[in-house]
Amino acid sequence: MLEYRIEIALWALSGVLPFIMFSLWSQNDVGNSFGLNDIGLARYFLSAFLVRQFSVVWVVFSFEEDSLSGRLSPYLLQPLHPLLRYVAAHLAEQATRLPFAIAIAITFFILNPSSFWLPSLPQLFLAYLSTHFAFTIAFLLQSLVAALCFWTEKSSALERLIFVPYLFLSGLLVPLSAFPSNVLKLAMLTPFPYLINFPAKILSGMPVDIFNGFLAQILWISILVPSVKILWKLGVKRYTAMGA
Amino acid sequence: MQRYFKTIRLFWSTAFASQLEYQLNFLIELLAMLGTLLGSVFILSLFFTGGRQLGDWTWESALVIQGVYTFLDGLTNALLRPNLTEIVNYVREGTLDYVLLKPIDSQFWLSVKKFSFAGLPEIILGLSIVFWAAIQSGSTFSSYSLFVFIISLLIGFIILYSVWFLIAASSIWFVKTWNATEVLRALLAAGRYPISAYPVILRFIFTLVLPVAFLTTFPAEAILGELKFNILFFGLILSSLFFIFSRLFWKFALKHYTSASS
Repeated sequence: MLEYRIEIALWALSGVLPFIMFSLWSQNDVGNSFGLNDIGLARYFLSAFLVRQFSVVWVVFSFEEDSLSGRLSPYLLQPLHPLLRYVAAHLAEQATRLPFAIAIAITFFILNPSSFWLPSLPQLFLAYLSTHFAFTIAFLLQSLVAALCFWTEKSSALERLIFVPYLFLSGLLVPLSAFPSNVLKLAMLTPFPYLINFPAKILSGMPVDIFNGFLAQILWISILVPSVKILWKLGVKRYTAMGA
Repeated sequence: MQRYFKTIRLFWSTAFASQLEYQLNFLIELLAMLGTLLGSVFILSLFFTGGRQLGDWTWESALVIQGVYTFLDGLTNALLRPNLTEIVNYVREGTLDYVLLKPIDSQFWLSVKKFSFAGLPEIILGLSIVFWAAIQSGSTFSSYSLFVFIISLLIGFIILYSVWFLIAASSIWFVKTWNATEVLRALLAAGRYPISAYPVILRFIFTLVLPVAFLTTFPAEAILGELKFNILFFGLILSSLFFIFSRLFWKFALKHYTSASS
């Protein structure tokens, strides 16, 4: 992974969307209408950026490539679930991304010195834990789509159907407290707010229902794990080894 | 010249035939497109709660920008993404050799080889939003404003194409440019909102360094009949410079191409 330093720096940069949105919300003084001043907004969007850096998932793309090129066949023979291989790759890259994420956070504080804050240790721990849960949920969701690779060759197209609601409902573009209440209720029924909004709120020190948030994250994980297992099993039976 | 048109026709009819194989993809793209549009209009509406305006743009005129963005996004999905993201693969696998040997301009070949028809609904929908929202915001079209609109869309598209092609061409050295394209896409998302809604520093960057303003804000101003002539003039010069630079850069990059594997 260290071989691809520029790659990873660029990828860290490609997460600038929360910062663009921050500049819009604060420039147009919209924050007040959903109970956040400029400092609150700045902290929220920096947290959202950081949470995304450590919860972003691309398993469906790696899996599709491996499946189409026939590399999956030897993986399936090994006494190790192939998905674990991707988990390891994701975790390794998260670790390499840490210095870039810190560098970007420092730059952000230099540009917005008034927003500087250090989360307390328990806050940091809870944010760390919920980001890991967020990563787990995102990974399982994409694995579900990846398992569809066994049926259709182009499951990365299906990934768009997860990405679109993720983009708008996760809180990457705006804190969910800005939503009108009926839209918010609907959004909270999906797993997406727990991917960015919930961990980012903890990290930035906004008031948040910690107990229910973790409960929902664990609930989603316990629904998704068996679903992925079942779909995967059914899929492997249909696997016909392409390309090899 | 005629040879080029004939080549495009052949390329795209082959593309059409091969995409008929994947009808499901078409449906998925359609769903994703509608979801994206719904989501971005919803986020946009949050800026206007309590009778506010977004950088002196009214709700209807801001929708014109969403329309232009959707139109350009459709063009991107139809033409730029399928073609320009492939360049890195040609370089990595050494198949660029075959492209270079063909008796046709290599930049042309690489830029128009594919056409994804799933982008067409987005193009049409984008234009419909532009005209609907422009009428809603009380604009009366003249043949002059339509003409300026088309020219400014062209300017935007050429700038977008040139920047993207530059990044793709740099794969001759770096081989992996996927992430650089992602940075570009993330920055382009800034084009969903009027340029005057940004802080001054970003306004400057998005006009001169990475001219996002020319992609969406200025075409929208054109159809609303508010675009200043000197901006159009500046855009013409800027887009020509970008295009010429992308060509020179490609020629320069090819000199450094060492081929792979074979």
